[in-house]
Amino acid sequence: MRSLRIPAALAALAITATACSGGGGNEEGSGSYPRSETLYTTGTAWGPPVSWNPLMKGQYAPGTIGLAYETLFLYDPNEGEYVPWLAESDEWTAENVHEITLREGITWSDGEPLVAEDVVATLELGQFGSVSYSNIWNFIESAEATDERTVTVTFSENRPQEWMNWVYLNPVLPAHIWADMEETALTDSANEDIVATGPYVYESHTDDRMVWERNDEWWGTEALDLEMQPRYIVDIVNASNEVTMNMINQGDIDLSNNFLPGIDQILNSNPNVTSFYDGPPYMKSANTAWLVPNVTRAPLDDAAFRQALAHSIDMEQIIAGPYTDLVQAASPTGLLPEWDEYIDQELVEQEGFTFDADEAVAILEDAGYMDEDGDGYVETPDGEPIALTLEVPSGWTDWMEAARLIAGHAQAVGINIEAQFPEEDLLSENRNSGEFDLVINNERPMSNTPWTYYDYLFQLPVNEQQTTVNFGRYENEEAWQLVEQLAAVPADDVEGAAEITSQIQEIQLAELPAIPLWYNGLWSQSTNETWTNWPSEQEGAPQSAATFWNGWLEMGAIYTLAEIEPVG
Amino acid sequence: MWRYIGRKLFVYLLTFVIAVTINWMIPRFMPGDPVRSMLARASVGNPEALERMTTYYNEVFGLDTPLYQQYFSFWGGLLRGDLGVSVMLYPEPVTDVILRAVPFTLAVLLPAILLSWVVGNHFGAFAARSKILDNTILPLGYVLTATPYMWLALLLAWSLGVVAGVFPVANGYSFSLRPEFTWLFISDLISHWFLPFLSMFVVALGGWAIGMRNMIIYELEADYSNYLQALGAPRRLVRKYAFRNAMLPQITGLAVQLGTIIAGSLLTEIVFNYPGLGTLIIQSLNSRDFFLLQGIFLFVVVGVLIANFIIDIVYVLVDPRTRVQMTGGSS
Repeated sequence: MRSLRIPAALAALAITATACSGGGGNEEGSGSYPRSETLYTTGTAWGPPVSWNPLMKGQYAPGTIGLAYETLFLYDPNEGEYVPWLAESDEWTAENVHEITLREGITWSDGEPLVAEDVVATLELGQFGSVSYSNIWNFIESAEATDERTVTVTFSENRPQEWMNWVYLNPVLPAHIWADMEETALTDSANEDIVATGPYVYESHTDDRMVWERNDEWWGTEALDLEMQPRYIVDIVNASNEVTMNMINQGDIDLSNNFLPGIDQILNSNPNVTSFYDGPPYMKSANTAWLVPNVTRAPLDDAAFRQALAHSIDMEQIIAGPYTDLVQAASPTGLLPEWDEYIDQELVEQEGFTFDADEAVAILEDAGYMDEDGDGYVETPDGEPIALTLEVPSGWTDWMEAARLIAGHAQAVGINIEAQFPEEDLLSENRNSGEFDLVINNERPMSNTPWTYYDYLFQLPVNEQQTTVNFGRYENEEAWQLVEQLAAVPADDVEGAAEITSQIQEIQLAELPAIPLWYNGLWSQSTNETWTNWPSEQEGAPQSAATFWNGWLEMGAIYTLAEIEPVG
Repeated sequence: MWRYIGRKLFVYLLTFVIAVTINWMIPRFMPGDPVRSMLARASVGNPEALERMTTYYNEVFGLDTPLYQQYFSFWGGLLRGDLGVSVMLYPEPVTDVILRAVPFTLAVLLPAILLSWVVGNHFGAFAARSKILDNTILPLGYVLTATPYMWLALLLAWSLGVVAGVFPVANGYSFSLRPEFTWLFISDLISHWFLPFLSMFVVALGGWAIGMRNMIIYELEADYSNYLQALGAPRRLVRKYAFRNAMLPQITGLAVQLGTIIAGSLLTEIVFNYPGLGTLIIQSLNSRDFFLLQGIFLFVVVGVLIANFIIDIVYVLVDPRTRVQMTGGSS
């Protein structure tokens, strides 16, 4: 029995250890981040931080762009305007010439000044095909540093909407480091030694966290009058929903940017946990979830069939069911609420689809889809049986449930759809190469212009691999030309753009290259125990986004870091 | 003796070769292309660039050569301790990633296995033929040994972590600390370590205790025990001999159970989000990192084989009969 004392001793040791470390986090110890000065976030990183290379989209640690590297402009989706950031001002000196002036006195973290040559070098990197923005050279003629602080970009083809999208999403890189790299080094480099201009610098990382430390020398403190509140930002790699939920409930996480099923119950019961809206849908909208049909396959190549499918879906049931009112139904155009001005409401009224099972059946009948063999499902006009699959990634529980409901709704009007749940990577591979019937996709985030959405729907030509846009392989020259025209509208000409989007919507609503389903939320649940004054609908509260997803810091989420206030 | 060890070594070597081969095959015959999914995340739109990058990464991961060559170069790399490059943590070598996680797994696994075995055996021996203990604590042992590791882990996390708030429920150490050699950090490590350890320890304990109790009862029925008792030997002495004999099947049991215990520890780690091999397996599965997955499995297989081999040798040392048999057989 003597040895029983060993576990007892271990237990005692562990309890003492807990007692000692329990309060440890609050001490001003050298080995810890003081709780009152640290912001704990999660929901952005899906794997260990391994790269800080801003050219490798989808690989770099969240915050690399936004906290460390900065862009020339921000885009403020609430006001619909561009906010000068590294740039001081800009001017279109001719229809196809954009002149950007940089702020004075910004230095890179290695002491070199930020100069116009840096912007030019960053653009030049796009000459390499493997850099994700290589497409900008399709319409840029030249980029020159006309003096120390002025960049003049001349366009061969005028596409201000597309150009401004690049401007606010892509950071300026220091020419003295990046300009002379080989193509493979550019994309392969993990870029551990970040030389940037931003309000935060790399502090440390392990496999389950990324720690940023405030840069007290940041230019924006003076120039923008912004003071970043948290001294440390600890971004925690996504754990399971249960672990995250526990940590939110205990106030160990200040901000969680992930969809947590049932979070509405916590938002309603725990006064310390808040989201943007007090009631449904609780969150702002971040992007549109589309039902993408593969239009190269019969009968999905028939617009009437797609119309019938769109009419068959009872979106209310999906929103009340798997989403417990955490999302909103999408407009038939699929454009986000921020883009209201671009939606032709009259047209939507007349041509937009709504849930109507009888209508769906009528459309099918008119187009010749009948159930001749009496199995409960319609056949094609040629009498071929129809059996389609709707694929969503395995493990995405909300989408899986939604896919099951959609399949059920379609079956109710006689369209035989079965929901399937392959592995995510297998799904994307098949989707990219066009080996699918129907998928749900939401990979286009909100942006400065609805052009990005129409680019997503209509982009031509269709390649063997469609990795980012037009997964459904829909080909319509007329629509694509309109989209190209839209890109050419001056960035601040909303009316001019709305005229074109109305024409595009006419084609879109008739053809339905993809069926808009719901707006995915800008998932953001914050706790008030250590940091307060989170963005919310309440009067006087900040309106910026409280989401550190890639691309959102440049859409104003960076302000949230200056707006939150420490408790006590 | 040496012949015995030699024969054992040969069997282990054969197992090793087969395990490595299966291990190499699984990721390569699974659906999905790791390089393409890595590039899909990077959202490269330009088709030519995509082609170029695919070629480049296929070369980096050695996927551009014929299968048989990949197999042999895998063995070559393996003997040099090179398990390839991780996709998830690109460009870090798989070996480095695994070595970072191993201390956490071993820290939970070794004390849990050894302590539960030692304590369980002693306790089982003590409880055998004692009416009160037999009727009270042993049924509890049956319940414990039938408990799935994961379930007990969840239960402990909930009761001692969430409700009582005594121990942290997840991770290897607090998010507020940097890994350092300070008392603060070490105490934090220990408090995070305790729950994963406890759940492993408790489940294993029940099994050993029951096994030992049954063996002791069996040994006490044996002729030599009856003879000793008839000679009037004290109860303690009889039990001492019974215990020694009952130990032998328990040692074999340890070798047999090792695989199950390791599988259990991997699940336990996942529940506690403990940064050992188990959590690494889940992460590499999530990011389709077949090279890392392959490396971890290989590591586990090698670990189990080595442990079994050690137990085999210990068995020879502990049980004089095997030695006698072997020397008798060889001369």
